[in-house]
Amino acid sequence: MAKLDLRGVVKRFGDNTVCDGIDLQVDTGDMVCLIGASGAGKSTLLRCINLLEPIEDGAIYLDGEDISVPGLDPQGVRARIGMVFQSYNLFPHMTALENAMLAPRRVLGRSRDDLRPEVEALFTRFGLADRMQNYPDQLSGGQQQRVAIVRALAMRPEVMLFDEITSALDPQLVGEVLDVLLMLKAEGMTMLLATHEMGFARQAADKVCFLKDGKIVEEGPPETLFGSPKHPDTQAFLARALK
Amino acid sequence: MKTPKAAGLTRREIYEAQQRRRSVLVASTSTVLAVVALVVLVPLTPGWDKVKRSFFNADVLVDTFPKLLDAFLINVMIFAWCAPAIAVLGLLIALARDAKSPALFPLRIFGATFTDVFRGVPVILTVYLIGFGIPGLGLPRPWNSPYIWGSLALILTYSAYVAEIFRSGIDSVHHSQRSAALSLGLSERQVMRDVVLPQAVRNVVPAQMNMLIALQKDVSLLSFIGPVEIFRQAGVFKSLTANFTPYVGAAIIFLAVTIPATRYADYLMAKQMKERR
Ligand SMILES: Nc1ncnc2c1ncn2[C@@H]1O[C@H](COP(=O)(O)OP(=O)(O)OP(=O)(O)O)[C@@H](O)[C@H]1O
Ligand SMILES: [Mg+2]
Repeated sequence: MAKLDLRGVVKRFGDNTVCDGIDLQVDTGDMVCLIGASGAGKSTLLRCINLLEPIEDGAIYLDGEDISVPGLDPQGVRARIGMVFQSYNLFPHMTALENAMLAPRRVLGRSRDDLRPEVEALFTRFGLADRMQNYPDQLSGGQQQRVAIVRALAMRPEVMLFDEITSALDPQLVGEVLDVLLMLKAEGMTMLLATHEMGFARQAADKVCFLKDGKIVEEGPPETLFGSPKHPDTQAFLARALK
Repeated sequence: MKTPKAAGLTRREIYEAQQRRRSVLVASTSTVLAVVALVVLVPLTPGWDKVKRSFFNADVLVDTFPKLLDAFLINVMIFAWCAPAIAVLGLLIALARDAKSPALFPLRIFGATFTDVFRGVPVILTVYLIGFGIPGLGLPRPWNSPYIWGSLALILTYSAYVAEIFRSGIDSVHHSQRSAALSLGLSERQVMRDVVLPQAVRNVVPAQMNMLIALQKDVSLLSFIGPVEIFRQAGVFKSLTANFTPYVGAAIIFLAVTIPATRYADYLMAKQMKERR
């Protein structure tokens, strides 16, 4: 059974159908990459999975449980699914450490003392040991994004969603964030990411899905999708993206 | 080729220093001219001697100033209990107006009506209506005190404005902060309390400072319903001395408080503008 299973997901903003019947499976421990042009609906799909946007039709299953039932309390689901955004979205009025401890304290009811060792271990693992007491505006973009990842991981999520987390970074900082993803993959984290980093998707993904106008046009292992794409739209997109 | 240097300065630095000296010179000349015009021309006006005697009488000022200061303590006291009440009520009204749950709909209506009414009526009218109206119900002491009801009038009026400022602060927090907090599993309430409000409050500190300054001045309106605060005290002295100088004394005392406070608010505002950029 897939960890995350999307069946015919439809999302509209008014007349604009942004996700148009998406079927997508993410198996436990896999890294799945969503690629596609700007406006294809990648971010929206991720937001739907985290129940930040209600879907019009279809269903989303997490471990076989339908999490898209209208009226379901989204909090419990969101606590199990971590999300990292393009623009970091750290809380500017808290230190990096407080950013990471807020949700486990409030949502899981854990105490600071109880949390501290494991959260500090996360910071240390991702090279942020000496940055824990800094406020976000005292950190570089790459550091902020790694703190955002730590913040999501501190909830011990079962699945992680990443929305173009390197797009706002200076090119020389992209590597340090992608390295974090590779570490998570090695640990067996289940991940779904929207990305423009074709080289990374090709090297690290277990499956790549090409999205166009809210539909998955083609999907497959990276060797196939990048090596011998079948659909003309995929070919055209890759020709432009890999140029 | 190297740029020529004099005294270790670059060409540009020399030029800028010249410009600075020029503007200081122009500014001081025009200031001196303006002051001279005031000092020389105003006393030439036909009524100046009379005005000077009745508004700027040094003897009267020296005699009444200590008493005025005492009376000002009453202003400070009223201010001191109104300000925290306004902060709390203003915040509650702001939250009520943004309440989303349908059960709280009456609260929203109440919040909206409250701000509409108390922003729409002149402060002095609210002070009169509440300050005379409620004690007029024949309440026993101390519940007929104008201090209580006058303060309430100020609290209600200022809470309405302060609530609107808090609301603008809440709106100023980017929605991506909400998304991020929600995605971590926080509830709407927790998002508001832990993520949105702390940022919102910080964003509106300078604007709220300006409300405090306005409140400090408006405390004097309570004089119309009884309390002998500084404005009323100055009025008493005016009658006793048949001279307006006590009013000037009161103005000096107000300025001594409000000018530093205004400067500080402006400083905070400027600092915040810089941080935003
Ligand atoms: N809150 C919203 N309200 C209305 N329309 C929206 C909203 N969010 C997204 N859209 C629309 O949905 C479409 C898909 O947007 P989305 O952000 O999901 O694309 P994307 O694939 O992530 O693109 P990018 O690569 O630029 O991030 C766009 O046409 C966008 O205008
Ligand atoms: Mg996007």
